[in-house]
Amino acid sequence: MTLNKSLLIPLVVFILLILLLALGFTLKDPHFLPSELIDKPFPEFSLSDLYSAKTRTREDVIGDIVLVNVWATWCPNCLIEHPELTRIAAHEGVTLVGVNYNDESAKARNWLRRHGDPYSFHIVDNDGRLAIDLGVYGAPETFVVDQQGVIRYRHVGPVTRDVWQRTLAPVIDLLGSGA
Amino acid sequence: MIAELGHFSLILALGISFCLMVLPSWGVYSRNLTLMHTGGSMAAGLFVFLLTSFLCLGYAFITDDFSVSYVARNSNTALPVAYKISAVWGAHEGSFLLWTLVLGTWTFAVALFSRDLTVDMRARVLSVLGVLAVGFILFLLLTSNPFDRSLPVYPTEGSDLNPLLQDFGLIVHPPMLYVGYVGFAVPFAFAIATLWSGRLDTAWARWSRPWTNIAWAFLTLGITLGSWWAYYELGWGGWWFWDAVENASFMPWLIGTALVHSLASTEKRGVFKSWTVLLAIAAFSLSLLGGFLVRSGVLTSVHAFAQDPERGLYILVFLVLVIGSSLTLYAVRAQGIKSNALFTWSSREALILVNNLLLAVATGAVLLGTLYPLAYEAFTGGDKISVGPPYFASVFVPIVMVLFAFMAISTRSRWKDTSAGFSPRRQAVYFAAAVAIVSLLSALLATLVFPVILVTSIALWITINLADDVLTRLRNKRAKLRALVSQPLSYYGMLFGHLGIVVSMIGVCCTVYFSTEKDVRMLPGEVVSLGGYEFEFHRMKKVQGPNYVADQGEIKVSRDGEPVTTLFPEKRLYTASQSVMTEADMDPGFFRDLYVALGEPVGESAWAVRVHVKPFVRWIWFGGLLVALGGILAVLDKRYRLSRRTSESVVGASVV
Amino acid sequence: MKFGKMKTHRRNRLLLVIFVVVMSGSGIAMALLALNENINLFYSPQEIVDGKAPVGQLIRAGGMVREGSVVRSDTDLTVSFRVSDLKNAEFTVHFEGILPDLFREGQGVIARGILRDDGEFVAEEVLAKHDEEYMPPELNDVIEQAHSEAAK
Repeated sequence: MTLNKSLLIPLVVFILLILLLALGFTLKDPHFLPSELIDKPFPEFSLSDLYSAKTRTREDVIGDIVLVNVWATWCPNCLIEHPELTRIAAHEGVTLVGVNYNDESAKARNWLRRHGDPYSFHIVDNDGRLAIDLGVYGAPETFVVDQQGVIRYRHVGPVTRDVWQRTLAPVIDLLGSGA
Repeated sequence: MIAELGHFSLILALGISFCLMVLPSWGVYSRNLTLMHTGGSMAAGLFVFLLTSFLCLGYAFITDDFSVSYVARNSNTALPVAYKISAVWGAHEGSFLLWTLVLGTWTFAVALFSRDLTVDMRARVLSVLGVLAVGFILFLLLTSNPFDRSLPVYPTEGSDLNPLLQDFGLIVHPPMLYVGYVGFAVPFAFAIATLWSGRLDTAWARWSRPWTNIAWAFLTLGITLGSWWAYYELGWGGWWFWDAVENASFMPWLIGTALVHSLASTEKRGVFKSWTVLLAIAAFSLSLLGGFLVRSGVLTSVHAFAQDPERGLYILVFLVLVIGSSLTLYAVRAQGIKSNALFTWSSREALILVNNLLLAVATGAVLLGTLYPLAYEAFTGGDKISVGPPYFASVFVPIVMVLFAFMAISTRSRWKDTSAGFSPRRQAVYFAAAVAIVSLLSALLATLVFPVILVTSIALWITINLADDVLTRLRNKRAKLRALVSQPLSYYGMLFGHLGIVVSMIGVCCTVYFSTEKDVRMLPGEVVSLGGYEFEFHRMKKVQGPNYVADQGEIKVSRDGEPVTTLFPEKRLYTASQSVMTEADMDPGFFRDLYVALGEPVGESAWAVRVHVKPFVRWIWFGGLLVALGGILAVLDKRYRLSRRTSESVVGASVV
Repeated sequence: MKFGKMKTHRRNRLLLVIFVVVMSGSGIAMALLALNENINLFYSPQEIVDGKAPVGQLIRAGGMVREGSVVRSDTDLTVSFRVSDLKNAEFTVHFEGILPDLFREGQGVIARGILRDDGEFVAEEVLAKHDEEYMPPELNDVIEQAHSEAAK
C-alpha cells in the first residue's frame, strides 16, 4: 500500500498552528511586570493624610518593612483582598500603608468604617500623582518597601492567601533576615 | 461544608473519568466483555458526581457563602436570585465547571442512547469521551478550582457579578453555547473510535448524525442568543463584532455546518468518508482552540475572562495531546480508504462538496484574521496590530455569496445524478424572476441599493427553489395536505434550516445598509429626527433598582405627529462594584427596531443620547432560531429512533 | 493525451483537484489582499510624539487618560483629552460621540483613528478597558517602555 501523504496535511497544519500559539503565548505573559521599579527607591511625595491635616512624605514610609497598598473604593478587588490584608496586619506583624488612589476621601473613610481599617495610615492620592510615580496600572497593587525605603517587590492584583504565602511572606522574611 | 462536598465530588468524578478512560478500552484490547460494559455505569457516575459538584457551587451562591473565593468575587447579597444562579457560570472557574458538566451530560446521553451500537464501538466511544473528561476535570482541579476557600478570614460581602452579565441573555447564552461546543465532542469521539477500530464504514456516519445535528443546533442557538445579547446589552446596537472570542464560536459552527452536510453524503452515498472524519476532528479541535483563546489571554478581546498563563499552558498542552494524537491517528488509519460511489457534477454529492469547500475556506479566512495579529507580532518582533472588521466583511461576504448561490441550486438536486429534476434554464428563469421582483419592490420603496438587491434576490431565489421542491414532492399526490404532513421530519429540518439562512441573510443586509444612527447632545424638550421618526428627550429621573441606582431618560417617539412609543433608557450605577452600565431601551418590531441609549451627562441638564433606527434587525436572530429548529427537527426524524435491539446479539458478530 | 478518452471518474478527479485548487487559491489570495488593507498598527504616545506614526492613516494609539485633561464642548458631543504613557510623552485625542462606560480619567484607553499632521489624533472609536483586572497588552507595553526609559 502506498502511503497517501496528503493525509498528513492536517497534522502539519496543526503543528504550525500550535507553534504559532506557543510563540504568541511566550510573547504575552499577561502577568509579566516591568522589573525596573524593583530595587528602586520609593518616590518622593508630599500628600495629605486621610484622617488628619498632616502632610505625609516619603519619610513616613521609611523605617520598617512596610506593605504599601494602593486601593480605592471603586475597585471591587480591593474588597476581595481586604480580609487577607486585615489578617496580615493583625497576625503577621507587618505594617500596612494605604495609598487611596483616584478616590474621594469621604467615600474612602466611609468604606473603611464599614470594612475595618487595618492600615497604619493612608496617603491621599486623589489625582494619582504618587500612583503615576509608582507606575500603578490600577488598583489594587501592593509594594514591599524595605527599611531603607527601597521598593523590593511589587504585586499587581488582589493579595490572596496564596499570594501572601508564595511571594510576599518569603520576600519579607528575606528582607527581615538582613539579606 | 457544601463547598467541600462539591470539591470532593469533583475529585470522585476525576477518579471515575479515569476509569472510564481506561477500563472500557482495556476491555476492547483484551476482548473482555465485562470490562467493555463498564462504560455505561461509569458514564452515569461521572454525570451524577459532576452534577452534584455543580449544584454545590450553585448552593454556595444562593446562600451567599463568601468564604468561597469564587462566590465572593462574583456575587453579592443584593444580587437578585436569578443572577446569583447565573453567576455560577459568570466567570472562568464556574463556566468551566459548567462546560465539564455538559461533557458529562453528553457522555451519559451517549451511554443511554447508543444501546444499538456494537459493544466494542460503544466502549471505544465512551472511553474517548473519558479521556476528554479526565483532561477537563484535571484542568479544573489543578488551575481553576471554583471551591477554593479563603479561610479563616473572609469577606462579609461579595464583590459583584459583572453588571454586563446581570441579564437574562447571560442566563441562557453560555449554557446553550457550551452544549453546542462540547457537543462536538460526540462526533469527535465517534470519529476517533472508528479510526481506532479500523472499520471506517458508513455506519459511524449514521451514528454520529443525530448527535452532530443536535450539537450544531445548540451552537446555532447559542451564537444567536449571544448576538442578541450583545445588541441590547452593550448599548451601541452592534450585533456582531468579529471579536476573537466570537470568531472562536463561529469557526466550529462553520465547520459544524460543513460536517452536518458531509455526514449526510457519507451516510447516504458512502462518499467523502475520510474527509468527514477529518471535519469531525476539526469541529471539536476548533471548539478547544476557542477555549484556549478565551482563557489564555493570548488574544485581546472584549470578553474578559481573567487571563492566566498557567491555564493557557494547560489548554495548549491538552490541545497538543488530544488533537495531535487524533490527527496522527487519522494520517495512519485513513490510508487506503476509497469512496467507490460514482456521482456526476450536478449531483447532490458534488454540491455538498462545494458547500464543504466554501465553508472550509470561509473558516480558514476567519482563522487567519483571528490569528494574524499573533503571527504579525511574532514575526516582526513585537509590533502590535489588530485586524479590523472590514477584513472579515470583505473576505467572508464574497465567499458566502457564492455559497448561497449554490444553496439555491442545491435544493433541487438529487443524490448521485440530478439531471432528471434539474434544468439550468429553469434556474435562470427563477433567478431572473427573483431579481425582477426584488428590483421592482426596491424601486417602489425608493431604496435602490445594489448589494441589498443582490442579496435579497438570491434569498428569494433560494425560497422559490424550496417552494418548487415542496410542490414537486406533492405533485401526483391526491391528498396534498396529508402528503405534506407525511414528509419526513428531516426534510422539514432541511426546509427550516435553509429558510432560516434566507431570513438571516435579509436581516443582515437590510440592517447593514439601511440602519441609521445619531449621537446627539440633548436638552429636555429637544427633538431629533431620524429615519422618519421624531425622538423627543422628555425628561430624566432617578430610579432605584435592586442593586443599582439609575438615571432614567424618558424619550417619546412619534411618527408624523402620531405617538409611537415611549422609551426609558438608563444609565446605571451598580453600587457594590461602583461600575457604570448603559441599559439601552428599544421598541422591537417585525420590520424595524427603535433603539435608544444614554451616553453621559454633558453640562447642566443635557445628556449625550444615541438613537438608532434598525430595519429588519430582528430577522437576523429569527433566522438563527429557524436554523436551530431545523437542526432539531432533523434529529427527531424517525429514522434515528432507537431500534431496541439487544446489544448482546450484535456482540456475537463483532467481538467473537 | 486524449482527454475525451479518460475514464469518467478519473476526469472527475482531475476536475475536482482543479476546482479545489482554484477555490482555495482564490480564497487565500482574497484573504491576504484584504488583510493588507485592514490591519491597524498600534502606536504608543512616545512613538506619536517622535513622529514615528504615519499621518493620515487609520491606526490605533493608546495610553492613560491624563487626569483633568478631558474637555467637553457645550454645544455638541465633541470631546478632547490627553493620552499619556505616564512618563514623558502625551498627545491630544479628539472625538465626537459617546464615550464608553468604562472611560475614566487616569485609566487606560485605546483610540482608533487618524493622526493629523499637527500631531493631534482624531478618533473614530474609543475603547476603554473592560474591567478592573483587564489590561490590554498594548498598554502594558507602553507603560513598560516608558518606565525602562525613565530608568536609564
